[in-house]
Amino acid sequence: MAKREIDDRFKKFGTVSFTSISKVNDFVDSLEQGKVMATRCPDCNISYFPPRVDCQNCLGSNNEWFDTTEKEGTLATFSKMKYGPVGFEDDLPYTIAVLDFGDFKMFGRIDNNVPDDSIKIGMKMRVHVNDLQADQKNFVFKPA
Amino acid sequence: MGKVGIIGVGQSVFSRSASGSFKELAFEAFKEACQDGQISAQEIDASVTCSAPEYDKQRSPSALVAEYCGLNGPAFYAETLCSSSSTGVRLAYSLIKSGLHDAVAVVGVQKMSEISSAASQELMGRGTDIQWESPFGTMMPAYYALFAQAHMAKYGLTNEDMAKVRVKSSTYGPLNDRAVFRKSLDLETLTSPDSKMTAPVAAPLRVGDCCANADGSSCVIVVSEEKAKSLSRDPVWILGVGAAIDSVNLASRDNFTSLPSAINAGKAAYKMAGVTVDDIDVAEVHDCFTIAELLAYEALGFAKPGQGKEMIKNKETYLDGRIPVNVDGGLLSKGHPIGATGGSQIRTIVKQLRGEAGEIQVKNPEIGLVHNVGGVGIYGNVTILGR
Ligand SMILES: [Zn+2]
Repeated sequence: MAKREIDDRFKKFGTVSFTSISKVNDFVDSLEQGKVMATRCPDCNISYFPPRVDCQNCLGSNNEWFDTTEKEGTLATFSKMKYGPVGFEDDLPYTIAVLDFGDFKMFGRIDNNVPDDSIKIGMKMRVHVNDLQADQKNFVFKPA
Repeated sequence: MGKVGIIGVGQSVFSRSASGSFKELAFEAFKEACQDGQISAQEIDASVTCSAPEYDKQRSPSALVAEYCGLNGPAFYAETLCSSSSTGVRLAYSLIKSGLHDAVAVVGVQKMSEISSAASQELMGRGTDIQWESPFGTMMPAYYALFAQAHMAKYGLTNEDMAKVRVKSSTYGPLNDRAVFRKSLDLETLTSPDSKMTAPVAAPLRVGDCCANADGSSCVIVVSEEKAKSLSRDPVWILGVGAAIDSVNLASRDNFTSLPSAINAGKAAYKMAGVTVDDIDVAEVHDCFTIAELLAYEALGFAKPGQGKEMIKNKETYLDGRIPVNVDGGLLSKGHPIGATGGSQIRTIVKQLRGEAGEIQVKNPEIGLVHNVGGVGIYGNVTILGR
């Protein structure tokens, strides 16, 4: 009898992933296609990022995916990190940030090529898929 | 149902590396609290052990701590990151108010020195959503730095304003024989570009803005009014216990200039205690980073939003100021043994209200407040105590 396949695609998200199995594993496939997907409940018209399959308003699980890479967000805050946790040493220094898209926000990093002195709260940015070492992927913000 | 009070308080020395094991460290604070409260282990009928897991190898520590302390009643475990022992006190209050128990020992303990600083930052970085935030390489200084950055942009906060919080802390740290950091620091040392205190950690936070990890324990013994009558010491009364949460994912926060969990916990505690901010004579707030103390002033109504920096500039929170805050040196000087921190803050306020605070005694305080936050405002806890 064939071994049951374990869908552990989420282990490919981020420099170090602490999750392998999730109901939103399709998010990782979308990253490979250059898309950063959020979800929305069609019944309640609520957008979710991080994406989730379950709507906390109607308790339904009909959420639909939508791409966020075409959207413009506003930089809400950021911090350039000089030290990082175990496992992230090779990425240092890097800048974490929150981007505000209006009906949802996104936590991530600012692209390393964006000059420090050009980063200002309130600036318009977009999210892009970013390739990391060992085939891992995450997403980064770049000026719009 | 009668009142609930605190009969005994204790804490270990907070240090870089404690000589005892987890349970031995816990015993140091328990012993002091029993001696302080003139109560024996046999008279205590339940315990709550409070810590953040994974810093040490011990799993399910509550029964082990109870065993080592000679406690026989049911043992519970409380965890809300850095505010675990304030949560423990709220649970003890509930256990007593329900009538299930009449004397509860709340033991906070953390042994952080068994792992490296980077490894402990990784653990703290996983005190968030491990699916969506931790994979970006998060840690606590960076989380608070996001709030400092937004505060600077919105209200014009400066690094010098934040440094002034550390100057206050280090005015009192040298007086606290339980503190890990007892050196005095002046504004020049904290702002000079060639000082190691201004080396960046997570911009805009610098070395001088951050508290140190520490090993340590605290113990608060909570009793019913009825039980207190059979004991020789007078309790300090718990007037209000406020608790609230906010989203773990920062993507779900409304803003990055305040911590609503602390605001809501404060409102709940004031209401329950039937007091207002004007009644607070002395306070301990969660200053894991300098920015955190300023956010606390604003959350508790000591200052209007954005005006926390004016309070520290005007020295309103010094010992002889309008509301003395963290005159035991705070976390910035004492160090921050996660699970033990809230109990240590409560110990300071209990001693203040009893008039036993020695060199840092505030003049005749009647009502004191403890603000203890887990994560970057994930868990907010405010406890109001009175004589
Ligand atoms: Zn819905």
